[in-house]
Amino acid sequence: MTLTGGQVEVLAIATLTAVACAVTGTFLVLRRVAMLSDAISHAVLLGIVVAFLAVRDLGSPLLLVGAAATGLLTVLLVEALVRTGRVRQDASIGLVFPALFSIGVILVSRFAGDVHLDTDAVLLGELAFAPLDRLVVAGTDLGPRAMWEMAAILLADVAFVLLFYKELKLTTFDAGLAAAFGFAPAAMHYGLMALVSVTAVGAFDAVGSVLVVALMVAPPAAAWMIANSLPAMIGLSAAFGAVAAVTGHAAARELDASIAGSMAAAAGLVFAAAFLVSPSHGVLAAIARRRRQRWAFAEATLAVHLLQHQDRPEAAEECRADRVHRHLEWDAAFTGQVVRRAVRRGMVARTGPCLGLTAAGRSLAREYMGL
Amino acid sequence: MKDADGSLALHVEDLTVAYGERPALWDVDLDVPAGVLMAVLGPNGAGKTTLMKAVLGLVRPVAGRVLVHGRPYAEQRRIVGYVPQRGSVDWDFPTTVLDVVTMGRYASLGWFRSPGAAERKAATDALDEVGMAPFASRHISQLSGGQQQRVFLARALAQDASLYLMDEPFQGVDATTERAIVRVLRDLRSRGRTVVVVHHDLQTVREYFDRVALLNVRRVADGPVSEAFTEENLRAAYGGRTAFVPRDATGPETGDLAASPVRE
Repeated sequence: MTLTGGQVEVLAIATLTAVACAVTGTFLVLRRVAMLSDAISHAVLLGIVVAFLAVRDLGSPLLLVGAAATGLLTVLLVEALVRTGRVRQDASIGLVFPALFSIGVILVSRFAGDVHLDTDAVLLGELAFAPLDRLVVAGTDLGPRAMWEMAAILLADVAFVLLFYKELKLTTFDAGLAAAFGFAPAAMHYGLMALVSVTAVGAFDAVGSVLVVALMVAPPAAAWMIANSLPAMIGLSAAFGAVAAVTGHAAARELDASIAGSMAAAAGLVFAAAFLVSPSHGVLAAIARRRRQRWAFAEATLAVHLLQHQDRPEAAEECRADRVHRHLEWDAAFTGQVVRRAVRRGMVARTGPCLGLTAAGRSLAREYMGL
Repeated sequence: MKDADGSLALHVEDLTVAYGERPALWDVDLDVPAGVLMAVLGPNGAGKTTLMKAVLGLVRPVAGRVLVHGRPYAEQRRIVGYVPQRGSVDWDFPTTVLDVVTMGRYASLGWFRSPGAAERKAATDALDEVGMAPFASRHISQLSGGQQQRVFLARALAQDASLYLMDEPFQGVDATTERAIVRVLRDLRSRGRTVVVVHHDLQTVREYFDRVALLNVRRVADGPVSEAFTEENLRAAYGGRTAFVPRDATGPETGDLAASPVRE
């Protein structure tokens, strides 16, 4: 299937958005404040509307400034409420952002309903229409305005992370040591939150306030399942964001469905896949590990039994291949499998009707018994 | 106000810290001479961790001041090593043992400069000192509690500080780790460094430390172990909630009675 020029532009905007969200979201997830992205992505509406009512121009950079300011205000209010000791963080987030968001919604519906800041676009974005708003410089059409905005935001995110990489890592991992070293963890925190706010504004145009949280949380959470280092986690997170954008866009075209919804669903599926197949934290790996442990422990139990009884008068009975399952009170078929596995691994050998430990089996049994 | 004495590793004067209206430390005075191993003792809620945080500027005191080798902490960050309680960080953070230990060098790197070969060398040497060199490339989530503690200790060693503050480094560690920590503490003292340790096990005080400070919101006593670590002072600090009787010359076995710090 071929994409039209407009569709390529939509895909480019979606991908830039998803990658920018994934990069900043990585630090939110690591700091265990992922839900702040939901709060910020809603609350920025108030800043956008207030700035718009002041300048009456949807293209003004003041809208970004207003959005970043309300994003920071959200974080400050949430933290102030938590500090009172009367409200926990989750409830505090649930109190602050609906208050700011609802003021924004009222302002939009009352004073700005005639421009394209309408409540539907706020909630679900308007990615499909993004190519209609062109950036024209000196008579030349440079492409959709949203694409350039999102590229600038992504550039700012990447520059911030590269410039403050060491400081971000230390303040995220150990804020106490960072403060003792003079690295101003509070300043890093609010710098990061300002960046999240600006990124949320860009993402807000693309996918609406409801689904920004999906792009900020799912790709980093998936990357954390797999990555062993911070650079790997950031890189994987960005890659997962891009995958969610591309597959979500394609699915939306196939199904003739919402692009924002499809992208968020794709991000969820990426996480589900990582959750299943991660070699270290995944569900499949955990099942395989439990199975291996079960067989290994059964083999050890058999080896310990043989060690306790071989070379003793009762050995002829206790160690007989066809009787050993009765002594262990095991299922005969299961015992057969355990014995075959132990023989194959060179732990146990048959001598006539009896089972005996090899040298390796002997040391295995002794090791398990702590001898 | 007496003048700052540069020969003291740490000078704490009239330090009062409160959380809201609840005082955590009341007008504490404390001098730590250079080159000693000092245990900070006291019941839960006595303000031991708060004292460390106040020295490091992590909590703002209501009153009083702290001098490190005669100067305010803010001017001496590089020479103060801090070993926080190991539960204070997230061990699922995506990073390796060597990377965490390298963080000890960040204070001398300052803003924007990235760690390089020299920093990794210092970190590798520090890991070797605590017997964790084979774990350098391990992911930190794969460590036991004792190994985590040794990684934190190595991080402080990599900093090459002159005053070390350690918050309960012996808490819940295995015997191997405890021996490694004691070895490192003695090595630091022999190199003229000063170590202040928040400690809980009263039975090991005489063996591990040469100075103690007893706290219970206020300072109860401090000085050489032989003078300050007395039954009377312990009762004053723990409010009679300890069955521990310090060992003395005439009763070598009495020190083995169980200490029973009461949880609040």
